[in-house]
Amino acid sequence: MERIFFYLFASIIIVFALASVMSHKILRAVIYLLFSLLGIAALYFMMDYTFLGAIQMAVYAGGIIILFIFSVLLVHHVEGELEQPTMMRRLLMGSASLLGFGVVISIILNHNFVTVNASAKSTEVSEIGKGLLSYESGGFILPFEVISILLLAAMIGAIIISKGRKNV
Amino acid sequence: MIANVSIYEILTVSTLLFFIGLYGFLTRKNLITLLMSIELLLNASVINFVVINKYMFPDFLQGVYFSIFIIAVAASETALAISIIINLYRLKVSVNVDKTETMKY
Repeated sequence: MERIFFYLFASIIIVFALASVMSHKILRAVIYLLFSLLGIAALYFMMDYTFLGAIQMAVYAGGIIILFIFSVLLVHHVEGELEQPTMMRRLLMGSASLLGFGVVISIILNHNFVTVNASAKSTEVSEIGKGLLSYESGGFILPFEVISILLLAAMIGAIIISKGRKNV
Repeated sequence: MIANVSIYEILTVSTLLFFIGLYGFLTRKNLITLLMSIELLLNASVINFVVINKYMFPDFLQGVYFSIFIIAVAASETALAISIIINLYRLKVSVNVDKTETMKY
């Protein structure tokens, strides 16, 4: 049963990612990307990391996709056609990507990953929060603070940049 | 872990996703679609972190923390890049990479 659902979600992810990088219309490409990201969130839910799946849905589907749609609507016509790459370029880059995929996948399949049988307990959100705020060794308080500074800097930077020059 | 699904299958999915994103990054010319391809690349790496955490070290949560940090970095990167793209559109009236070839100095 889980296997069927995994293959369903995996095919959703791959098919919509392909549609997203090959679509002729930019708004459709954004919506295909949304479905691909939701499939990834479903994978997290299947792996029992429900908090991560919720973050994926809230930040990507709720935040980043909305930003993309806004910028597309500001910069393009809704039905505007994208400039298509030439056949030569498509073949060259496609074969380069396939070559890279072949190398990486052969390394992965030949490497012996030592998997352990996972304990049945699922991860609590409070565990994640305590780990993020712990001072002891293995705690993640410093990167957590650095990320908060980064988010603040990104917010201020985005406002300053998109405001433009004063007299324009 | 997902019952009856091995780690190799999920790693295959994430590798395929990474190289689809790479293909999009190499063929597209529009800056917004380039940014979307970068999102695919980042998501493939997040899947790898989560899968390896779940299948090989299920008693630790380091992969989850790294995934949260990657998602935060991706969100701030997207916000900044889109503000730069909108500013560029004001200056050049185009968001194609081949139209934006001059620097300020």
